[in-house]
Amino acid sequence: MAATFFGEVVKAPCRAGTEEEEEDEEERRETSEDREARRQLARKREVRLFRRQTKTSLEVALLEKYPCSKFIIAIGNNAVAFLSSFVMNSGVWEEVGCAKLWNEWCRTTDTTHLSPAEAFCVFYHLKSNPSVFLCQCTCYVAEDQQYQWLEKVFGSCPRKNMQVTILTCRHVTDYKTSESTSSLHSPFLKALKTQNFKEPPCCSLLEQPNIAHDLPAAVLSYCQVWGIPAVLYLCYTDVMKLDLVTVEAFKPILSSRSWKGLVKLADRLFPPHREQAGLFCTWGSMARSAQALQRHWDLF
Amino acid sequence: MTDNVPAVSVGNVGQLAVDLIISTLNMCKIGYFYTDCLVPMVGNNPYATAEENSAELSTNAEVYSLPSKKLVALQLRSIFIKYKSKPFCEKLLSWVKSSNCAKVVVLSSSHSYHRNDLQLRSTPFRYLLTPSLQKNVESKIKSLNWEEMEKSPCIPEISDSEFCVRVPGGGITKTLYDEGCSKEIPLAVLLKFVSEGDNIPDALGLVEHLNEWLQIIKPRCDDPTASALPWKIPSSWRLLFGSGLPPALF
Repeated sequence: MAATFFGEVVKAPCRAGTEEEEEDEEERRETSEDREARRQLARKREVRLFRRQTKTSLEVALLEKYPCSKFIIAIGNNAVAFLSSFVMNSGVWEEVGCAKLWNEWCRTTDTTHLSPAEAFCVFYHLKSNPSVFLCQCTCYVAEDQQYQWLEKVFGSCPRKNMQVTILTCRHVTDYKTSESTSSLHSPFLKALKTQNFKEPPCCSLLEQPNIAHDLPAAVLSYCQVWGIPAVLYLCYTDVMKLDLVTVEAFKPILSSRSWKGLVKLADRLFPPHREQAGLFCTWGSMARSAQALQRHWDLF
Repeated sequence: MTDNVPAVSVGNVGQLAVDLIISTLNMCKIGYFYTDCLVPMVGNNPYATAEENSAELSTNAEVYSLPSKKLVALQLRSIFIKYKSKPFCEKLLSWVKSSNCAKVVVLSSSHSYHRNDLQLRSTPFRYLLTPSLQKNVESKIKSLNWEEMEKSPCIPEISDSEFCVRVPGGGITKTLYDEGCSKEIPLAVLLKFVSEGDNIPDALGLVEHLNEWLQIIKPRCDDPTASALPWKIPSSWRLLFGSGLPPALF
């Protein structure tokens, strides 16, 4: 309990999470209808993988069904946009599965068909090299669904001969530093890698006391525990919505040794002349300025 | 072998205390407690002392050991996923039982505002022992003049309610203690009454209290007026209250 400035006694949030006594109390008061409602909610929240083309569920984990040497996972709008712009346009990618999940942030309707607007988490492989996989995930995978997602994608027999790369964004205010976060030049990239990832990362490592959360952390933890070489690239940005400058902040990854074969045509995407580079930069800056101006007007 | 386990509890005092033990004794990581019961998180080595050892990835539940002192520590770094705390306790105690530990010590804390008048006037530390550990260590604990955790009404709203052990704010502490009793596991709980805030002093107090019993670190000399034991603060404890302040604020 805590007292506010005006002397009102309120229940203070506890850093230890939900009180065990509260959970016990909740269970004691639960009726059979409550238990049934809880079971139905748990079933609705289950993560399911299926093929949209055939409308059939994947009976085994995705990476148990298909061999995999390389797996790139983009989580969030900007990471997804980066893969779409810089990786998926070189080569032909075929959809091999789609994850259907429902939670408070991602309300897909409970049906076997998924409209394109509801395809929040899609898996592809490269037609010319089907052991190269890619995942585009724009939805939030809740904490009670993250381990299910891992089981449905990686399965229970993890392959050690694959390499995993995860891309995601966090807001720059999440980044802890002795300077003020307002003095940081965002967006900027930081990396976390597993013990068996031997390649040097494309940016500096994420310093303590900073940590990664959610699905990216779940995937990296899985890879660390099972000895799979994996790297997580975190882009700290002040614009969490789709933003060109944030998308471009992932570009150093294109020079990774393991991505050489994937981005053969990347040179054509980089403007050959500096004035064109300037045009691209200006476009990015204009987009950011427009967004900043919008935010400014929204405050008033 | 002694196994130290924190409960995720008020002020995270148990976890801070285990951090101090691992950091001070420079314990080696020997494994992961991989479970779907804890919220995932990863970061680089929280006990890094130099650039060379700063790049080791750490997850939300890891096991450390110091063979010379027959000590093992399990560190938990995130909270439980809803409805997963009891399954976690079952998995943890099953692992403890299969590893044949001589004793398990749970480091925890409890809300200080729940103290009764007697507790307000006494030491803030309390202990609990399961029956299977009691016979081995009771005399040592009594010689330290430690206070056992008092029983309180199971249902405070009912005037003639039975009395039982309650640990408000203690997370899984009570479940671990109750299950330890029923499964005959030699388990001790050591906790401190705390409030949320800067809980570093509470963690230091708890490890020093534990050290009175387990003698993890020997004092530099026998002089009781000597300065406090050299507990090493981990490098990850930097910036516990956020980043630097914007200069424009002033």
